Amino acid sequence: MSAVIVARHARTPTERFKDAAWVAFVALLLGIPMVGMTTVDQGGALVVTTRFGVLAAFVAASFAGRFAFRWVMDQYRTRRDAKSTTVKVDRTAKVVQVLGWGILGVALFLPAMYSDNRYVVDTATTVLIYVMLGWGLNVVVGLAGLLDLGYVAFYAVGAYTYALLFTHFGWTFWEALPAAGAMAATFGILLGYPILRLRGDYLAIVTLGFGEIIRVILVNWTELSNGPNGIGSIPRPTLFGLPFERNPAEGEQSFATFFGLEFSGMHRIIFLYYLILVLALLTNLFVSRLRKLPVGRAWEALREDEIACKAMGMNVTNVKLSAFAIGAMLGGFAGVFFAARQGFISPESFTFSESAIILAIVVLGGMGSQMGVVLAALVLVLLPELGRNFAEYRMLLFGTAMVLIMVWKPSGLLSSREPTIRLAKASAMGGQK
Amino acid sequence: MSAATLLSVENLTMRFGGLTAIDDLSLSVPAGKITAIIGPNGAGKTTFFNCLTGFYKPTTGSVRLAHPKRGEMRLETMTGHRVARDAQVVRTFQNIRLFPKMTVLENLIVAQHNRLQDASRFSIAGLFSLPGYRKAEVEALKTAVHWLDRLGLTGIADTAAGDLPYGTQRRIEIARALCVDPVLLCLDEPAAGLNPRESAELNTLLLSLCREEGIAILLIEHDMSVVMNVSDHICVLNYGRKIAEGTPLEIRNDPQVIKAYLGEDDESEPATLIGGNA
Repeated sequence: MSAVIVARHARTPTERFKDAAWVAFVALLLGIPMVGMTTVDQGGALVVTTRFGVLAAFVAASFAGRFAFRWVMDQYRTRRDAKSTTVKVDRTAKVVQVLGWGILGVALFLPAMYSDNRYVVDTATTVLIYVMLGWGLNVVVGLAGLLDLGYVAFYAVGAYTYALLFTHFGWTFWEALPAAGAMAATFGILLGYPILRLRGDYLAIVTLGFGEIIRVILVNWTELSNGPNGIGSIPRPTLFGLPFERNPAEGEQSFATFFGLEFSGMHRIIFLYYLILVLALLTNLFVSRLRKLPVGRAWEALREDEIACKAMGMNVTNVKLSAFAIGAMLGGFAGVFFAARQGFISPESFTFSESAIILAIVVLGGMGSQMGVVLAALVLVLLPELGRNFAEYRMLLFGTAMVLIMVWKPSGLLSSREPTIRLAKASAMGGQK
Repeated sequence: MSAATLLSVENLTMRFGGLTAIDDLSLSVPAGKITAIIGPNGAGKTTFFNCLTGFYKPTTGSVRLAHPKRGEMRLETMTGHRVARDAQVVRTFQNIRLFPKMTVLENLIVAQHNRLQDASRFSIAGLFSLPGYRKAEVEALKTAVHWLDRLGLTGIADTAAGDLPYGTQRRIEIARALCVDPVLLCLDEPAAGLNPRESAELNTLLLSLCREEGIAILLIEHDMSVVMNVSDHICVLNYGRKIAEGTPLEIRNDPQVIKAYLGEDDESEPATLIGGNA
């Protein structure tokens, strides 16, 4: 069957002909029993008759089909090979930039376009939560190269910190936000210390365990967390003190009365959407900036070669802990938002599958790529939503999509890395001084 | 013309279980000179480097560095990164260890992490790009550009280090080590895998680093055309022990060394084999 083997060079017509002939031959072999012969009922007895005309048509169709298919694929390959690879890298950066601004534009005007469609805005909010979580985990996994399978723990710590601070001390969303971030960062460092020496699989297992420990504690420590019943009636965030309520408390104003609007439940949904958009954008700004700072470069260097980092005099302990702390802090922020949006949290929201999805977003997006996280979050959150029509085949579709992405793009949707500093640009900057 | 001693190693022993990789080794490295350590495979050369640069903790013995600014330092008590950070003893690796996905320039900037990290004040000054940090960044860039020019890497500064040819990667690793501002530069087989032209260039580079910048170099090398041409002083190890020490000329004619390299019953001409093209 050597003729059917895919050749690397451009195919000549003879080769294409041979290839198609082989396929036709196989079709003939298979076709004789399956097409060429058939049984006919003749007065109660089964008689085998032949249909050579149909068989000939079948073989001819296989030949023509294979020939045409090869020709189209060859055309496609020649065109693809013609593109120079060096130009492609620069263009990818450009495309990513344009794509980023495009998505941002759509994100900004989305609630205006769908101001009466709660489902769309809600789904978009969910996508943004995952984008933010992806950007947070990207620090740990994508930049520092520390495989963390328990990221949801920090999400849970953030959410529960807000819920508990509210139920016990009446803290509002805005007061609890920094506190929860700090709390999650503390947990990040707590997790970081014992696993400083671990790498790869071992690190993944311990972080997986950590994620489960946090969830199991939340389930069982009923006095603190109210166990599996969860914590309810968590207040929604306010806009500079203006709540989104139909009937504000006596002597106070709500968002609707302050702006003289008719009360609508959509106001709150849209506000939450913009809130997470702002939080996510701040996260992006923060992480992108950190990447260009010594600490960010140290994270990437750590991912590349830990021993070389030590030889350069880098305190690897600090580098790792800072990655864990900052990744955890961002997860904590997202957790606070999650608690405020749902109004109710329970340990069930923080299972391993959440960690797996967030990690899948980072890996499918292309480790370390900020824009890749956005694309992967869109794919991974929207696919199951779009797949609702397929009912029980939904998760099958989801799995197939993930496998296909990994086959076509083994290093993620956007795997090209943009350098943090370029000599040409940097010397121009230095020259102005 | 005996130069001041920069590094003195006394009675250094390194044992791994029952194996004694380095056995009671004493040697000294003069300041501003090139010292080579040679020896057959498995002689303990790289283990010695690992003891020196904080990757291993020696079983017994002392390693003292006479730091020109910070006084005497005991390297054997310092761990991991502190040897490079505080004592400025910087090494390269036998199997190149670059940051392959980062560009050449980024590799050189990362090497200046400690200075930049201090200037970024827990990243706060860095996040807001305050003047103090900006100044440090420009300084770091200047240092990087200086070494890029010096080692002929300017044209490929924005290329990912891992995509470059082997010989170039060796040079990048040296450039990166130089960005740490070393007092003592330890090179572990810098000529391994280089072609004759590249190793000749390496000779020129090592000599100029030593003569012009005054950096003391400690060199592990098998390529005799490098060792014999650049070293001021050679130390020969075999089975973890020092078997000879002296100038290239003395080493070339030392019967102990010839025996260690070629065995006693070898009939080939020993002097020409380790003689190189000096």
